[in-house]
Amino acid sequence: MSLQEKLISSFMVMENQGKLDLDSNLHNIRTEAITAFEKQGFPTKKDEEWKYTSLKSVLKHDYSVFPVAENSIEFKDVKKYFLHEIESYKLVFIDGVYSSFLSSTTHDGYDICLMSSALKKPKYKMIIDNYFNKITDKNNSTSNLNTAFSMEGAFINIPKNIVLPKPIQIINFYTGNEKEILLQPRNLVIVGENSHVQIIERHQSLSSNVVLTNAVTEIYANKRAIVHYYKIQNDHENASLIDSTYVQQKDSSIVSVNTYSFGGKLTRNNLAFFHEGEYIESHLNGISILNKKQHVDNHTLVKHQEPNCDSFELYKGIYDDASTGVFNGKVIVDKVAQKTNAFQQNNTILIGDKATINAKPQLEIFADDVKCSHGCTIGQLDESAMFYMQSRGIPKKEAKALLLYAFGNDVVEKIKIPALKTRIAKLIATKLGVQLGFEM
Amino acid sequence: MLKIKNLHAGIEDKNILRGINLEVKAGEVHAIMGPNGSGKSTLSSVIAGNETYEVNDGEITLDGVDLLDLSPDERAHKGVFMSFQYPVEIPGVSTTNFIKTAINQKRKANGLEELAAKDMLKLIREKSALLEMDRKFLSRSLNEGFSGGEKKRNEIFQMAMLEPKLAILDETDSGLDIDALKIVANGVNKLKNKDNAVIVITHYQRLLDYIVPDFVHVLYNGRIVKSGGKELALELEEKGYDWIKELAQ
Repeated sequence: MSLQEKLISSFMVMENQGKLDLDSNLHNIRTEAITAFEKQGFPTKKDEEWKYTSLKSVLKHDYSVFPVAENSIEFKDVKKYFLHEIESYKLVFIDGVYSSFLSSTTHDGYDICLMSSALKKPKYKMIIDNYFNKITDKNNSTSNLNTAFSMEGAFINIPKNIVLPKPIQIINFYTGNEKEILLQPRNLVIVGENSHVQIIERHQSLSSNVVLTNAVTEIYANKRAIVHYYKIQNDHENASLIDSTYVQQKDSSIVSVNTYSFGGKLTRNNLAFFHEGEYIESHLNGISILNKKQHVDNHTLVKHQEPNCDSFELYKGIYDDASTGVFNGKVIVDKVAQKTNAFQQNNTILIGDKATINAKPQLEIFADDVKCSHGCTIGQLDESAMFYMQSRGIPKKEAKALLLYAFGNDVVEKIKIPALKTRIAKLIATKLGVQLGFEM
Repeated sequence: MLKIKNLHAGIEDKNILRGINLEVKAGEVHAIMGPNGSGKSTLSSVIAGNETYEVNDGEITLDGVDLLDLSPDERAHKGVFMSFQYPVEIPGVSTTNFIKTAINQKRKANGLEELAAKDMLKLIREKSALLEMDRKFLSRSLNEGFSGGEKKRNEIFQMAMLEPKLAILDETDSGLDIDALKIVANGVNKLKNKDNAVIVITHYQRLLDYIVPDFVHVLYNGRIVKSGGKELALELEEKGYDWIKELAQ
């Protein structure tokens, strides 16, 4: 039985076991989603959007689909995966199940809690009806699959005029208790007018067993809201991730999604921004540092459909050994979206002899009074800079690492949480195998 | 201190240096002058260890150590420093972080502990004051967007921090206005002592008014065709290089 067949029958099992409220509107959404997934199947390389990323090796496993009872882990064993230096709200999931022990939630003035309770409790019904699954791409089969199975994840609902006093960390641990597991976290983030939120998200495998995470996050930023979302992707080499993040922005809101991909076997990031108002700012930043046979695919979309909005996109990649990268940056500027500023930059350094990058900027501009640009570079290390550094006494290995570090630095500089900036800098230094004698 | 014997070097099949002999003793300042294309910059690059150039024959030793066996960073650890004619811009690395890394790598190579942060800062303050550097340049990306003069000043600042045994100043005067030239020369003179040596590579005599050489060598067509005292520089300034070319033939 293929994974697709297994998933469809698992959905039926779920219905029969009475785990789902079959009369609810939510169930209609799930049914539509599984029906679409059944028709679409998993994407293949024949699909234009998946031309350079093959899921074959990821889909061949016999994944467990349903989360089992809570597996406990000691905080001291996983402390390093938290940004523990600072105060934060925490939503922690172990093998797909909420861990109240490791989490720190709130309902005091705003909700930072669980998707499972938001989906069940009547008081959230209106919010779920208004926001759940409204901006996901119905042509995206993996998003549909997630929708059908979505049970758990982060539910963040911040009313208007609230500046969160501390960031929120969403961490999904995988213990390895199952040999092969498919996890499908689902997050919903709603940020009211004038409110500010910072979120750090991480998927972390604690063993070398195989895990595939198919995550979906919807973010709604109302007028003048500010949301900074950071994704740390530094997972074990048998862990793969398909992440789809959808963002809807209203007037004068600012949203950034920042993706740091250092680990994992295969990572696909679908990131889509939709503008539903004017004077919006969208920031898409990413840095991928890969080696061995790792693969990361960043697929981004910014849909400018109102006038006077700006989008800034900066993706950097460093590829060693036989690692492969994909960057596909689509920017659509509708006819009405006059005075749009849309800037896109994608810079790559290939170090490994067998490393490759497929970069595809895709600009579709239908308005005539806009500023749009894209820059795409693929290069190698600058030899003259290497000699310069060596001539000052910096050995080749360190010089190389310092140059690569510097190459990615402008992405790191955009981080608004100092402790996170330090953490990411350290992760980069570790990945490049160098000890920097300073903090940048 | 530095001994160069019968040095032949070039790029690929092209010979640029065709038998250089030069000895520089501790405490001395040597100037190397010559027309464009005579091999001045090649000589400094080869001493510093730029792998673009291939050494075909001859030897270079520093206090008896064969430099040609060493990588550029190992040469730096032994006390070689070259001030670049065109310093490289390195976006994303601040001057301070760069020099910290360089100093600690050198100390490590020489079996010393890393310099404590407060000592490092003190040293940076002291040396940047010597070069009358604007503090803001220290935290900016190395050389990025610096003017020609600022880059050269930064080179000498690095030299001051690293305290090399042998400093090679490759066309350090180019791109400098007269005030900056004086500051840079003053910096070099203050660093000069009986235990170190300086090689000044220059096209013009101007810099030599401020950094006064003990010896002047004229390089032409890959060879030193004439050596003399500081008055040779003045003679070149007056007569140009044509008579040297004739001399060589």
